[in-house]
Amino acid sequence: MRETTVKPNRGYGRWTPFWFLAPAVLTLFVIGIYPTIFALVTSFRQYNIARPREGFPFVGFDNYINVLSDSTFWASLLLTARFYITVLPIQLVLGLIIALLLHKPGLGLLKSLARVVLVVPLATTYAVVGLIGRLIFNREFGVANQFLDVVGIGGIDWLGSQGGAFAAIVIMDVWQWTPFCALILLAGLSMVPGEIEEAARLETRSKLAMLRYVQLPFLLPSLTAILIMRSADVLKLFDMVFVMTRGGPGSATDLVSIYIQRVGFRIFDLGTASAQAILLLILTILISRLYIRVLYREVN
Amino acid sequence: MRSKSGILLHAIGLVLIIAFSLFPFYWMVSSSFKTQAQILASPPQWFFTPTLQNYADIFADAKVVNAIINSLIVATSTTLLAVALGTPAAFALARYEFKGKSDLWFWFISNRMTSPIVLALPVYLIAMYANLLDTHIVLILIYLTFNVPIVVWIVTDQFKSIPPDLEQAARLDGADQFTIFRKIYLPLGAPGIAVSAIFSFIFSWNELLYALVLTRRNVQTAPVVATSFMSGYELPWGKIMATGTVIVLPVTIFALIVSRHMVRGLTMGATK
Repeated sequence: MRETTVKPNRGYGRWTPFWFLAPAVLTLFVIGIYPTIFALVTSFRQYNIARPREGFPFVGFDNYINVLSDSTFWASLLLTARFYITVLPIQLVLGLIIALLLHKPGLGLLKSLARVVLVVPLATTYAVVGLIGRLIFNREFGVANQFLDVVGIGGIDWLGSQGGAFAAIVIMDVWQWTPFCALILLAGLSMVPGEIEEAARLETRSKLAMLRYVQLPFLLPSLTAILIMRSADVLKLFDMVFVMTRGGPGSATDLVSIYIQRVGFRIFDLGTASAQAILLLILTILISRLYIRVLYREVN
Repeated sequence: MRSKSGILLHAIGLVLIIAFSLFPFYWMVSSSFKTQAQILASPPQWFFTPTLQNYADIFADAKVVNAIINSLIVATSTTLLAVALGTPAAFALARYEFKGKSDLWFWFISNRMTSPIVLALPVYLIAMYANLLDTHIVLILIYLTFNVPIVVWIVTDQFKSIPPDLEQAARLDGADQFTIFRKIYLPLGAPGIAVSAIFSFIFSWNELLYALVLTRRNVQTAPVVATSFMSGYELPWGKIMATGTVIVLPVTIFALIVSRHMVRGLTMGATK
């Protein structure tokens, strides 16, 4: 304890923090841990609520074996990974350009305005982002094709073709999450001590050298934060894609959360879906561990 | 020192950022003032005579109005509960050292990272057996899984910045821990608590997956109803965009209020 001079006298035992923590911890336990255990148990059962007459017998690791040998599940994980490595570089480059523009001295009012409106994409309801996407990428009356007409590309069937649908969800994700990267990188840029930046400006006129040797070292923690947070968010990504494409056409946008949702709530095979969810949870826990290890080491 | 063209390029860049951030939002809002014929026009119209018909339609539609009321009930209740549960926990985490503290931090973060689909499956089954499907309470409770952590994170930070001499003085006057929490930490931590409450409201208001899975007719929230327009042969685009606007507008205003804290809220405090 910090205070050694004042002897605790009232309400101060070893158990004091416990009483303050108990309500939150207990609640999270009931609504978070208990369902997780329930899912774990379900994942070892045959559990199809569309066929209740068969009962819900324990089947050992059958569900896991099925999931791990299910090529569609692997395809959805692979597609999720492909989506991640597609959106991330775009978001990082655009985010860095935005951050540098906002970091650059001068034009105070315009800069504050730009910084504030960056919040708009982040706050937009994910499902509504999907609705907007459906309108913008409509083949006949969508504004995306109108833009492309200007440069001479015409009539792309965005949501009706495999490549088009994937590109469309990438663009909407880039719109929504580039500001996130920009704001984190901007926070990193403002960590560079002013005098170091000034000194470097006198040494070199090259913006690239400045970025590489002066600013990049301060940006590394931001970059790690982005890499890890975005990977967790892409694994979670559901709302926008569900509204825009339902995973289709075919399996062009069948990300892992969409696939598990379909197995659970369209096919009602909750045993298999639970096994998939548990595997996804394990993956998430590994990412969280990484997150803590890398980012919170210095804090705690 | 800076050249005129440099300043011009900078200004153009900033204007492009603003256009990029606002365009889809603008397109939704402007489409909500179009008639169906104007929306279906090809190529899309940028200038048109606006109509308020879509708004008149959705506010006359009991389904939409109920959905907004449901969203308000759920988001407000879960936020109040999250603050009530989260602030005492934040007090303990900010002021005490105890065994297992770092494990507790870890557990809170995991809650932020976990995909809702992991909990949606078992919670659906549990709610089904407990006859809680299609009730407000099941959404209010499940939303606590992401709201309590967010309150704990932001408020702990705020509590840590409160100078310890204040409470030492109070303790000399004989105040116990609960009084110190109530009389010193809650009022001084109010800004952080408000920010965390706004985040909690935004996240709950925006949530779709749990709401889709756990509700039927009675308790559908606004995002669920907005997406339910997306079936059928001819989509009522004007109504869809008007509903989208009504859903997004309040959270956007909230988000602009907490815009300085946006990154902190989304990363659970990993970057300041």
